[in-house]
Amino acid sequence: MQHMALNSISAEPIADDSALAPGTPSIRKPSTDPQRAAETPRVAQPVRRWFWMYRGKFRAAAIGLVALLLFLLTWHLLTTYRVNIYIRFLNVPSPEQVLDRAIRAAGDPKFFSHVTLSCRRILLGFLIAALIAVPLGLIMGRFRLFREFVFPISEVFRPIPAIAWVPMAIMLWPTNEESIVFITFLGSFFPILLNTLHGMSLVDPVLVRAAESLGARRFAMFREVYFPATLPHIFTGLTIGMGVAWVSLIAAEMISGQFGIGYFTWEAYSLVQYSDIALGMICIGVLGLASSALIRGVGNLVMPWGRS
Amino acid sequence: MSEAIRGTMGAPAAARVKSGLIEIKNFNLNYETMDGAVEAVTAVDIRVEPGEFVSIIGPSGCGKSTLLNAVAGFLKPTSGTVTVDGERVSGPSADRGMVFQQYSLFPWKTVRQNVEFGLKMKGIERSRREQAARTLLGIAGLSAFENRYPQSLSGGMKQRVGIVRALATGPKVLLLDEPFGALDAQTRLIMQQVLTNMWQNLKISVLFVTHDIDEAIFLSDRVYCMTARPGTIKAEIPVPLERPRKQSIMLSSEFLALRRGLMSLIREESLKAMGNEANALALQGLNLDMSAENIGHII
Repeated sequence: MQHMALNSISAEPIADDSALAPGTPSIRKPSTDPQRAAETPRVAQPVRRWFWMYRGKFRAAAIGLVALLLFLLTWHLLTTYRVNIYIRFLNVPSPEQVLDRAIRAAGDPKFFSHVTLSCRRILLGFLIAALIAVPLGLIMGRFRLFREFVFPISEVFRPIPAIAWVPMAIMLWPTNEESIVFITFLGSFFPILLNTLHGMSLVDPVLVRAAESLGARRFAMFREVYFPATLPHIFTGLTIGMGVAWVSLIAAEMISGQFGIGYFTWEAYSLVQYSDIALGMICIGVLGLASSALIRGVGNLVMPWGRS
Repeated sequence: MSEAIRGTMGAPAAARVKSGLIEIKNFNLNYETMDGAVEAVTAVDIRVEPGEFVSIIGPSGCGKSTLLNAVAGFLKPTSGTVTVDGERVSGPSADRGMVFQQYSLFPWKTVRQNVEFGLKMKGIERSRREQAARTLLGIAGLSAFENRYPQSLSGGMKQRVGIVRALATGPKVLLLDEPFGALDAQTRLIMQQVLTNMWQNLKISVLFVTHDIDEAIFLSDRVYCMTARPGTIKAEIPVPLERPRKQSIMLSSEFLALRRGLMSLIREESLKAMGNEANALALQGLNLDMSAENIGHII
């Protein structure tokens, strides 16, 4: 009965809202403020609203664009005036020269075969690494004995940079092509493995218990709980692994290749085609950016729950 | 159709009341530490009759969650037995639904997929389990959220989904480990009402762990009060309040009398749990009349 009485007291002032007495508490004012009410529809206009919602992104994009233009301008000035202040810009190609070369390369099938071959090597090396490292990490994370057995071996090999494997790889594999893919594979393998393993160690035990109490057993537990719980970390590993794969690939191509974008860049130096050096570098940068964007895109598709 | 659906769609309630007897007999649990074995829970006997709502209340660290985890099958007693319908608990099972203190929904599954999970594990085909999950979500008033991911739900909604998920497989008993501990006071009151309604419809045995005295009295048929570590049963208090209960019952004299009794039991144990030094100090404060003279005295 008592709380009924309380309800009716609090309901009363709302009921006679229209007769705003001078003594009405000021707290209630904002909701009835006519100025504010008039402003609301203007902000609600779709375009304005859209702009308002994403203002942070627009700002970042604008600043980023300005920074890039400033970089190009600096590059242009340094090369046009052939600046020589300990660092030498004497032979560095200007942005115009590189652009000119890029336009010609766009119609050059030979340049394209370099690019596609590098992409093929990345795809093979990276995919094989992912297909081995992810399941291995999941199994290592789940079975202690297996982890304790495999982990020391992995720790011995992990600190060896993929590039240091070049001579060994050439000895191990019958063709150059295979050894380059192998080195790309090695580069991405450990980041993927370690991140998967790390993700497995962070799986919330409460979720495992919840699944157990709902009847999940062995394989179902793996598929329904451990794997999806680890996915964000797997994708972190894939992104890092992709970066290292490019580093390893370019190094391997420069040392032992006959084709590929890394080889193209190195060869340009030997043949004194300086514009091609910059073109190769930019091309590698764009490919690296595109491949990590691709992984992020796939990640968003596979993990729709992570988006807010 | 799943058992849960049959139950909620108005099958004779008496048929379900027959099962769900929880018996904990002479339960002891010791932990091994560097200094030797530590007694966490000693000589506990608890019985939950089929269809009964029973709470365990006690100071933090008294082992009330330990008991619940033992019924769920997550841990085994050092000695003693835990049985459900005479069958010894040997591991987790969908027969014993569990609702956890922390939100334990799978973040990568939508609300409906979460509710379906138990049925999927039972091997029930997709269309049937989808239908079952929809029905249950409808009863819980969550239909509008079936395709949402848990991340976008409020705490109260998450816990409601958690309860529905635990009930979806048609378990014999429902175990709840401080399920409303993380919710704000208003939501908590609503959730208590929601749980009571579900329990009355399903006639399922419930073992509920809490440290909230009002919650324990409001929800339960019986309340077990536990001592500080090593935890054991200090008192067993029947709650003879009429059902269905409304929130207003919390202001009735019967409720307040039960509350007073439980409060003094709990306070004693909470102080013990704090250790001897805190004990003397805290008791001093609690026994004082907070009148102006006394406060002056302390200063």
